[in-house]
Amino acid sequence: MKQFLFLAVLFFGMSFSGTKPMGYGVGDQAADFKLKNVDGKMVSLSDFKDAKGYIVVFTCNHCPYAMKYEDRIIALNAKYAPLGYPVIAINPNDPISNPDDNFDAMKERVKEKSISYPYLVDSGSIYAQYGATRTPHVFLLDKAKVVQYIGAIDDNAMEPSSVKAKFLEEAIADLQAGRKVKVATTKAVGCSIKAKA
Amino acid sequence: MLFCTLFLKAQENVVVFAKYDDMSRQFLKNNDTLYVVNFWATWCKPCVAELPFFLEAEQFYKSEKVKFLLVSLDFSDQLEKRVEPFIAKNNIKSTCFLLADQDANGWIPKVDADWSGAIPASAIFKNGKKVHFTEGNFESTSDLKKLINNHL
Repeated sequence: MKQFLFLAVLFFGMSFSGTKPMGYGVGDQAADFKLKNVDGKMVSLSDFKDAKGYIVVFTCNHCPYAMKYEDRIIALNAKYAPLGYPVIAINPNDPISNPDDNFDAMKERVKEKSISYPYLVDSGSIYAQYGATRTPHVFLLDKAKVVQYIGAIDDNAMEPSSVKAKFLEEAIADLQAGRKVKVATTKAVGCSIKAKA
Repeated sequence: MLFCTLFLKAQENVVVFAKYDDMSRQFLKNNDTLYVVNFWATWCKPCVAELPFFLEAEQFYKSEKVKFLLVSLDFSDQLEKRVEPFIAKNNIKSTCFLLADQDANGWIPKVDADWSGAIPASAIFKNGKKVHFTEGNFESTSDLKKLINNHL
């Protein structure tokens, strides 16, 4: 009986892990990429020679959650890029099924919001490699491009003034202090990524 | 006046919950009713696309012990602007909730430990326990019915 239970646990454990999306966990080495920015130039993580870390955000134009966070992402880059933690935004949505997320719309948004960080087209399914499932979805990498934090920017999408925990900023503070990131994964509601099939 | 507002709210059939735990009491019950809970939002295209499957299935199981709960994750300031008009326009008679709990990192794992938070997502509860969870959309009413039949 014990053995049967063990096998049952093993079996269910496996079937559950089988349904989990692939992608990075904390501690995994993240791959670099080369994706087209809104200005037409290609951007890679390795372009940021002096980076101490990277704030990789999968986001898009049309998702209400992404829109709620847009100003906060801009503020994060303004605060942390000079400290060596640049924001690199990647739009993984299929521009055909989501015209609001096409290249022209991305350019438009960057202009409208005076966005200074790269806003890249995910032509290489980098979102799948990273394991991003929704927008916005943040991956904080350290200098060696090891994933140190995955999740939300903070704990209140709707109301920036009601935020109690700034998850991402706390994770960056841990990296800056050379500590292990205390809260290394968080969950958030977001729009599912609608990539090309 | 207050009574009037409450009455109107009931008419519109959207109950707003500020806390997940208050909402989950509506489907974590010690009875043999199957609670099919769908997390959606008016802005979420794949969610809106699969809603008719839930409405059809609800009709199909009308005389069975199956209850359908549609949980909107629209921002609460969109209730009157978008959610209620959407429900009225699509003639949705199901029980509709709006979950305004902003502590997503706190409540998402209570639905399912593996849920990333992307919607659509659906869960089935029976006897106060989750018996099924799906992240992503259903392809058809029959897919949804097949799943429900497994747990009836």
